[in-house]
Amino acid sequence: MNLEINSSRPSARRLWTNRVATAGMAVAVALALIPVGLILYYITKNGLAAMSWGFLTEPTPFTFRRPGGGFLNGLIGTAIMVALATAASVPLGILAAIYLEEYGKRGWLAQLVRFFSDVMTGVPSVFVGLFVYTAFVLPFGFGAIMGAGALAIIMLPIVIRSAEEMLKLVPLELKHASFALGASKSQTVLRVVLPSALPGITTGVLLAVARAAGETAPLILTALGSLKVTTALIGEPISALPLLIFDGARNPFAAGQERAWAGALELLALVLIFTLLARIVAARSKISR
Amino acid sequence: MNPSSTSSTREREETGLPMVPEAAEPVEEHKTSTSAVFTIRDLSVYYGGNIALKDVSLDIRPREITAIIGPSGCGKSTFIRCLNRMNDLIPGATVTGEVLYHGQNIYAPDVDPVAVRRRIGMVFQRPNPFPKSVYDNIAFGPRINGFKGNLDELVENSLRAAALWEEVKDKLKKSALNLSGGQQQRLCIARAIAVEPDVILMDEPASALDPIATVRIEDLMQELKKQYAIIIVTHNMQQAARVSERTAFLYTEVDEETSNRWGILVEHGETGLIFTRPKDKRTEDYVSGRFG
Repeated sequence: MNLEINSSRPSARRLWTNRVATAGMAVAVALALIPVGLILYYITKNGLAAMSWGFLTEPTPFTFRRPGGGFLNGLIGTAIMVALATAASVPLGILAAIYLEEYGKRGWLAQLVRFFSDVMTGVPSVFVGLFVYTAFVLPFGFGAIMGAGALAIIMLPIVIRSAEEMLKLVPLELKHASFALGASKSQTVLRVVLPSALPGITTGVLLAVARAAGETAPLILTALGSLKVTTALIGEPISALPLLIFDGARNPFAAGQERAWAGALELLALVLIFTLLARIVAARSKISR
Repeated sequence: MNPSSTSSTREREETGLPMVPEAAEPVEEHKTSTSAVFTIRDLSVYYGGNIALKDVSLDIRPREITAIIGPSGCGKSTFIRCLNRMNDLIPGATVTGEVLYHGQNIYAPDVDPVAVRRRIGMVFQRPNPFPKSVYDNIAFGPRINGFKGNLDELVENSLRAAALWEEVKDKLKKSALNLSGGQQQRLCIARAIAVEPDVILMDEPASALDPIATVRIEDLMQELKKQYAIIIVTHNMQQAARVSERTAFLYTEVDEETSNRWGILVEHGETGLIFTRPKDKRTEDYVSGRFG
């Protein structure tokens, strides 16, 4: 038997296969990053050119032609609607996930909920907007509550399924440890399972919030959009950043288009800041290593 | 905090489990004491429809270490998990027979398994600290049981009893996951002690540890048995011989026709006798290393 180390050196063919595969993966990663890079580049470049303090603090002017002004109306609308939608969908979604993973398991009701939340994840958001429009906007009129409702419906299945996956990852040993100490089922879920899954659940919630903050179609049908700065929850239309970006981008006047770029940058920064904040909070709530 | 504390005391009264004897009894008494902590009669366990453990009858004495030995798959873990109703958590598991804890059947219909587990501590094969601080790990049991006394003191005493205090007293607020495997296992023992049980079940507590950590756990068991009855499952016969007063040998029986397998209790008695003068041929073969 040949026991020399170099006798097991890979053949030239295997070396080349390895190199080609590695190069192929590098190219694939680069290709995948190109669109992301371009989006970030153009939004930052054009957005910064149009960004100013006034943009952040002033409402949108009455004509696209007029330069200056900003998206304050949209910023407030987005903040209100995303906050309301989060407040509604996150607790509900986490509770549903706890039911699915800890109580319902493979029962028919749990399977049904799982099936429909999967379907809901795939439903185009404009359908959600149409549903809220016909069910609530027609009788009660456009408003922040309607927009928030549509966003909550979009967020809910994302929160449910991501939270369920995270709860699934909590090791059985931890639950057993808790039960062996005389903890009841609810104590185990609230004090062991949920805290252990919290960092992961936070990630899922962030995903849902980012998705809701960028939704446009359902808001056209529920919040409508407005040039007025308002905090009314019901009774009058309200604007949102994606709505103003959409309006600004599709008009022929340079001033309106510039504001759309700045609005895109504002929305991007908002999502980024929110993500970072939530990550920091999640990391803080975990105990120091 | 308050609602849980009132409910836990209520549960104790309702289930009527006898109160744990005071820890500080005279040492002389334990030598003469023969009242069993557990009296197990005709205990059988089924998973789904299949029998896993058949007709085990055994007494467990206070302030002694009882070792459960036997080859893999003979139902050692199944057996020990019957003693604090952990098998209830496995879907499809059924237990028949009696497990009397200080005379009361813990499988009686009016007994709450949660109350049982508050009285009978358990340490698992792999250390399983919660992803919380060292302090919160120990305080978990007392908190859920509505402990109202000095929690700092209880945590310190539990850690001292588990011979871990000196190593962790400066990092009580740090994550328990930073401790070494051996320290984590002693933490789990301290966590079990903190709810003040009078029995500690140990399911191969040292099998995931290195030899030095194993020795520390074994030394600790010798300290703990002054206060608690300890039942340890081990497939390490030297360990059983080193640490235990009494040993029970389980063995797998096979049905030739259906090739179903289940565990039976072959014999039990003083550890010295089991290892030197076993009554049963199968015990002799096993302890002399002929199989398993």
